[in-house]
Amino acid sequence: MLRFILRRLLETIPVLLVIASATFFMLRLVPGGPFTAEKAVSKEILRNLQAHYGMDKPLPAQYAAYLWDITPKAFAPWRLFADADRNESPDFDLKAAFGINLGPSFKYPNRTVNEIIADKLPHSLELGLWALAVALALGVPLGVLAAMRKNTAVDYTASTLAMVGICVPTFVMGPLLVLFFALHLRWFNASGWYFASDRVLPAATLGLVYAAYVARLTRGGMLEVLNQDYIRTARAKGATETRIVLRHALRGGLLPVVTFLGPAIAGIISGSFVIETIFQIPGLGREFVTSAFNRDYTLVSGTVLLYAGLIIALNLAVDVVQVWLNPRLKFE
Amino acid sequence: MREPPPLKSPLLPFIALALLALLFTGCAKTAPTAAAGPGKKILNVGNGAEPQDLDPQITTGVTEHHLLMSLFEGLVAEHPSGEGIAPGVAESWETSADQLTWTFHLRADAKWSNGDPVTARDFLRSYQRILTPALAAEYSYQLYLVVGAEDYNRGTLTDFTKTGFAAPDDRTLTLRLVQPVPYLPYVLRHTSWFPVHLPTIEKFGPADRKGSAWTRPGNLVGNGPFVLTKWQPNQAITVERSPTYWNAANVKLDAVVFHPIEDVNTEERMFRAGQLDTTDTMPPDKIEVYRRDHREMLRLDPYYGTYYFNINVTRPPLDDVRVRRALALAIDREAIVKTITRGGQEPAYHFTPPYAGYTPGDVLSGGLAEARRLLAEAGYPDGKGLRRLEILYNTSETHKAVSEAIQQMWRTGLGVDVALRNEEWKVYLDSKDNLAYDICRAGWIGDFPDPHGFLEVFVTGGGNNDTGYGNPEYDRLLRTALGMPDTAARMAVYRQLDSILTRDVPEIPLYFYKRVHLVHPRVKNWVPNILDNRGWQYLDIDPAVPAGDLKGKS
Repeated sequence: MLRFILRRLLETIPVLLVIASATFFMLRLVPGGPFTAEKAVSKEILRNLQAHYGMDKPLPAQYAAYLWDITPKAFAPWRLFADADRNESPDFDLKAAFGINLGPSFKYPNRTVNEIIADKLPHSLELGLWALAVALALGVPLGVLAAMRKNTAVDYTASTLAMVGICVPTFVMGPLLVLFFALHLRWFNASGWYFASDRVLPAATLGLVYAAYVARLTRGGMLEVLNQDYIRTARAKGATETRIVLRHALRGGLLPVVTFLGPAIAGIISGSFVIETIFQIPGLGREFVTSAFNRDYTLVSGTVLLYAGLIIALNLAVDVVQVWLNPRLKFE
Repeated sequence: MREPPPLKSPLLPFIALALLALLFTGCAKTAPTAAAGPGKKILNVGNGAEPQDLDPQITTGVTEHHLLMSLFEGLVAEHPSGEGIAPGVAESWETSADQLTWTFHLRADAKWSNGDPVTARDFLRSYQRILTPALAAEYSYQLYLVVGAEDYNRGTLTDFTKTGFAAPDDRTLTLRLVQPVPYLPYVLRHTSWFPVHLPTIEKFGPADRKGSAWTRPGNLVGNGPFVLTKWQPNQAITVERSPTYWNAANVKLDAVVFHPIEDVNTEERMFRAGQLDTTDTMPPDKIEVYRRDHREMLRLDPYYGTYYFNINVTRPPLDDVRVRRALALAIDREAIVKTITRGGQEPAYHFTPPYAGYTPGDVLSGGLAEARRLLAEAGYPDGKGLRRLEILYNTSETHKAVSEAIQQMWRTGLGVDVALRNEEWKVYLDSKDNLAYDICRAGWIGDFPDPHGFLEVFVTGGGNNDTGYGNPEYDRLLRTALGMPDTAARMAVYRQLDSILTRDVPEIPLYFYKRVHLVHPRVKNWVPNILDNRGWQYLDIDPAVPAGDLKGKS
């Protein structure tokens, strides 16, 4: 298993290299740059700006410098949170821990990309995990219920709810929840990210979408498993329905959910642009989108690399969990 | 037979992961109203976007301008009435007979937030810093009015004492100008003219390096009515009353909290929930509702800007002024402001907004009949033979709606076939700058309340012209404007220039902007200002009016 994980980790190096290079060059091919502004900037000022960011050098030199900056040059994970309790400092420090320097932001000159990610990722992570909790807590039981009462009113209700959850976009669901719970009932703030209660509406909005997917996948997985021989055997031996579901069926029935969750978690914790905008959450999802609009080269590259790293890591985690859930699979 | 439910659930690893991560993120983030206490006057302001930085010499946006006006003060300040100017760090000033040298007398009690006196030397060092080529300040050109500033910024002049900036003593600052600038005091309200505290900046790195930590809370030293106490990126920026501000006794608010809210609907909901006292803007479709139910909260203030279409005059058939004029005349501007923008915008039939003492010269007139006549005269009766034209606009609901309406008006009124092209902001700027368009949406907001800034746009080869239009007569007239003996004569020149634009139609004026704000009744002394600048030191909160709660309304 260790060898499997090590080999997979080694494989990520060329993948990340390709992603970093593609992002680097694609950004520079897009019309408009970080200094394209509505009001004209004189040639001299533009030259000063480019010199400040090292963009006066030839592109290959810029590329080489960038690759060197993002290459891990240290391994000191214990220093990741070394400054965590210092006031106003970012929550973790990629530079101190791994020597990764994602560069200065073009749009926000007094912040580095390392800092922006360290500031924003924890908020997205927190929102994502609450949403995930909502998704699993609602989706799995709903899916199991639907599978066990296949083609009954219960199943149809659950399936319809799931379909609605998938079809109602978050930018509709979010404001609807705000209108009812915040503006009508006055239970919560309309937006903001200051108190524990501020987590409820965004987590519900984001979680409901994923709950719908989880419910549908759980139902499908469970239906397949419930027809298997070993379930029939368990039934024949007189096991209770609860035991059959929890002990025998769920493990296999959740396999599609697990496969889905890998990339889904990467997406969910790296932030949601829509939710973060509607609820004024200082998360990474907004940076991910607005940095592209701002042509903030370093911030785009940094967030893309982070997202790629997360997807790779979570897909690996999914593979490990799948082997653990499915006795027919082996590490190889 | 019956066993207890198994403990080992397949979900355990996820739950463990979630708990771990929650430990690591922690949810104990404090609210921006940490300064709150009984009876404290805290103003919660919706302020558009997250500021780039809080260094007045680096930032370029309106968002930052609003914030910086609370943290710094220039030679002159906002007037409490919202019109004109009031003395700032300078208590008085005078100009020489030739109007080329301005002398500012600084007040003795002006202080930085660390207690240091604000001296003329501080201003001098600040101006040297913003003009240093290595700092690469985008708005350094604002200072090009002063002798030698442009050369110093280009690096061709390296001795700052050779420029027109001088400080004969600690409380006197003189500016020697390239040419007379009658509106200079108004220009000085721009953030690029604000002083910065060099000793503080140098504590955090070289003065000519942008992006050091000097603008962080606890580090930033300013000279404005408020000091920076908290900066939570994308959440809130809190400033509190400065005890060292020279006019601190008259500052009414204890704190201002600036909320960077980009989504207009979110902002309106937060206002309705009582989380905001004032908004930066509001969704156009809500204006009617507020007009009906909460008229007292809705502010529709004139804004010193024009919304217009640029015409690429280098591309046939748009090189024919008759075609351009026909297009300009065939637009029903009343319909656009009534049904699309809906914020009380004024239809524009000429380019320069009729504010700041300016009254228009020739305006577009003749309507659809004249438009059809001109098009026929140009050889395209009923649009026949005219190639398909394209309107370029950047991504936005309003721009899209306006462009679609005009597409329809040209199609039905003139028989002109029009296509629409939508581009993302920076791509659009690139196309506009490179004249890769037929007709494109544009807007111009004045940096200072004087027509000069507007009419400068269409100077031949000007960086903001973006139409390919050039007229030597126009350029010559514009050059004479600043030398005029009095304001009336100067305005007469601007009227002539504006009339040339009406005649030559390098752009199609559509409407003059309005600034739409929601302001809660408890906010006092909120006055309209055509630049939308706020004198935060004058604003107040009426404690008798309960904080915003519009439950069940609108």
